[in-house]
Formats: sequence, C-alpha cells, structure tokens
Amino acid sequence: MKEEIELIKEGKRLDGRGFDELRRIKIEVGVLKRADGSCYLELGDNKVMAAVYGPREMHPRHAQDAKMAVIKFRYNMAPFSTDDRKRPGPDRRSVEISKVCREAFDPVIIRELYPKMGIEVYVELLQSDAGTRTAGINAASIALADAGIPMKDLVSSIAVGKINGEVVLDLNAAEDNNGEADMPIAMIARTNTITALQMDGRMTQEEFGRGLKLAMGACHQIYELQRAALITRYNQNYESKREEK
Amino acid sequence: MYQVVVPGDFLSEETKRAGEGTYVEEGKVYASQYGIVNERGEIKVVPLSGKYIPSTGDVVIGRITAISSPFWIVDLASPYEARLHVSALSGITRDKIEFGNMSEYLDLDDLVVVKVMDVNVLMKIDLALQEDLELRRGGRLIEIPHTKVPRVIGRSGSMIKMLKEKCNCFIFIAKNGRIWIRGKEEDMDLASTVILKIARESHTSGLTDRVAEFLDSFRKEKGRELRG
Repeated sequence: MKEEIELIKEGKRLDGRGFDELRRIKIEVGVLKRADGSCYLELGDNKVMAAVYGPREMHPRHAQDAKMAVIKFRYNMAPFSTDDRKRPGPDRRSVEISKVCREAFDPVIIRELYPKMGIEVYVELLQSDAGTRTAGINAASIALADAGIPMKDLVSSIAVGKINGEVVLDLNAAEDNNGEADMPIAMIARTNTITALQMDGRMTQEEFGRGLKLAMGACHQIYELQRAALITRYNQNYESKREEK
Repeated sequence: MYQVVVPGDFLSEETKRAGEGTYVEEGKVYASQYGIVNERGEIKVVPLSGKYIPSTGDVVIGRITAISSPFWIVDLASPYEARLHVSALSGITRDKIEFGNMSEYLDLDDLVVVKVMDVNVLMKIDLALQEDLELRRGGRLIEIPHTKVPRVIGRSGSMIKMLKEKCNCFIFIAKNGRIWIRGKEEDMDLASTVILKIARESHTSGLTDRVAEFLDSFRKEKGRELRG
C-alpha cells in the first residue's frame, strides 16, 4: 500500500481551488474551416479539438440504419498529449471512451431525421490533464450544434472524485492519480437527465450522493458557458461585420 | 435584432405554432437547432448551418453523377442523391430515348433544373424536369450554403429583384443553394461577387441597403472609367 500523498492543504487543493471549484474553461466555436461544425475547448490544462462532419453517407455501408442516422464517435489522444508519449492509434481505453461518449449523445440527437446517414464526431486530445472525456463531451456538444445537427439539448459533462477523504469537483491529473475515486458524468442541464456516468475507485453511498449533486450543479455552470459561447460567436460576427463596414 | 437560440432553449407554450427547427415536450416548444428565431406565423428556428435535405416541391439545380438505366442519378448538393426517370425527358422531347443513348440527352456533369416530386421514408427521391432542359446553354453556376438562400432572395423578394435590375442578369436561385446566372461576362462577375458577399454577411442587419450602396458605387466607378 503506497503512502497517502497530501492533496489538500489548509482547506485548499494543490492548485489553490476550493472543493467545489471548476478549472478555467475556454471555448472557441467554428475553428475548423473544412468541418461542418467544430469547437476548441480548454478545461484547465486539457486542450481538446472537436470536429463534426455530416450528416453524410454512412460508411461502412452495412452499418447504415434504414430508419435513422448513425452516430460515429472517435475519441483519440494525440501521441504528444501525455507525459510519456502515447502509442498512436485506438486502444482499449479510447475505444471504450468513444462508446460511452457516443451513448451520452444518443438521447439528444434527433437521428430519425436522417435515415441511412452517418454523423461523425471526432474528438482529438491535444493535451491532457485528467477529465479528458468530460472536456471532449463538452466540446463535441458545441461542435454538433455548430454543424446544424438537430438536437433536443446540449450535453454538459464534468467529473467529481474523492481525494484525501474529501469529495471534490473536477479532478486534475495529480488528484486523479493519487485520489481514491473519480466519477465522470454527462447530463442534460435543462431536464437534469444523466446521459453517462462512470466511476472508478470507491465512495460511500453518502459521498456518491454528495458528489453527484456537486457535479450536477457544475454541469449547469458549464451549460451556461457552452450556450454563451455559441451565442456570442454569432454576435461577434455581427459586430465585426459592422466594424468592417 | 435577431434572437439566437441553441438546442434546448425554451421558445413558447403555444404548441400549435411549433414549426421547423423546434420540438414539443410536455406542452412546451423548444429549439432543436442552433439558429435564429422567426415568430411570424409558425414559431421556427432558421438554422445557421446544416446540410440541404430535399423536400417535396423544392425546385433545385442538380448535376448528373451517373446513368443507371432508366434513371439519371442526380446530385443535389445534399447527402441524399436523387433520380430522374427517362420518361421525365421523353415526354418533353417526344423522342424515344433508347437504352444506351441516355447520355445523348443528359450526360455526366450536365446541370438540370428539377423539381422534387416525391421523397419517401427511405429518402428515395424522385425528380421531374423543370423549365429548361439543361443549363448548358450558357451562364454560370455559383454555390452558397442553402441556409443563406432566403437572405439572397430577401424579404418578399426585395434583394433578388434589386440584383436582377442592377446587375442586368438573369438570376435563378435554387433551394439547394445553387445559383444560375446568365448575362454579359462583366455583369455576371458583378452578380457573383455580390451574391457571395451576401452569403458571407448573411446575418448582419441592413444588408439590402448596403448591397444597394455597393452596387451603385460600383456602377459609378464603371461609368467614370468609361468616360475617362
């Protein structure tokens, strides 16, 4: 049993955050010219690029669905995104995360409108610092809206965890590696519907409840940021066009 | 000022007025797309982006991509391809189009103005020829995102009317964002420049006035050049 590392000092975490504080989030919409929709997002030291293509013809053909569109979701970490070089290409972990993320979007995308088509979502991690799948889901959600894909809601996502016996929000890499538990969730803020939930490590029932409440609150904050990013993008265009004139 | 919404934004409680780009849940209307709200008549969300999806009655410009007797396969700048039956043409030309000589009438890469006659649940799309046989008889084609088409037409056709007058061109705007221009070379240059400008600045207000200004100043310069 390895020794417990001190992650909380004087009621603050190592990076100076409180227990219920998010990392800094930066969002840019429509950064890729050739994609139908795209988004660049930073969550603390995570840097992620999401691109959406489609609806377009689904390949391979046998995976087509005659009644609705099929969502393809690829979560991928760049070889340079981690401390030690990551071997490029899909591995067990990224295949699983891709599946979980795709299913997180299943309840919101109105797939029935595009029979036989494929909607392709590519999430590329350029730099990682724990909570990459939550950053990826947040970015993909904005990229999907930017691509004009009909959806019922945006999906917001964040992780909670347990470090030194305390339930805290949005773990960074040091906390994730040395903590007791990590639980990423994705949800629809408007209806408080959870679309994805995973947990690694151990928490008591009471801690789980407390963590879930914390994460759901944070998802509402993230939702507001996502919404603001989409709306100000349009207003920015509007302003800059006026200035050009 | 336009109201921009994102998917999931609450729009109204009048479910009977719910239109395109919206959905109804528990007696309330929500936006299903990222776009601009239009509340004249139905409550609609006009998307800012997205692919063209054919619907019955649309008049569009298509490009022949394949011949598979007795159909021409037509690309409509949409993820779904459409088909045009030989009978659509033989009815007009009165010729009997034989198996194997379909390309004499419409060949690969030819452009056609077609009307969407039927879209079935499997998105099989049947077309009928509309207006002229093909666009081969001159002019040029420009493409803009289909979401910008209403802007190029303007409110009750104000923008397109002005374009036609001031550019001295025949302009046909198809629902799928393809635009056919025919006229003198320099007039077509002007028309395509202006249309692309409109598409680029589609979501700014006072656009019609600005385009009018642009066209007038261009004409003045031209006149000065000719005199000088």
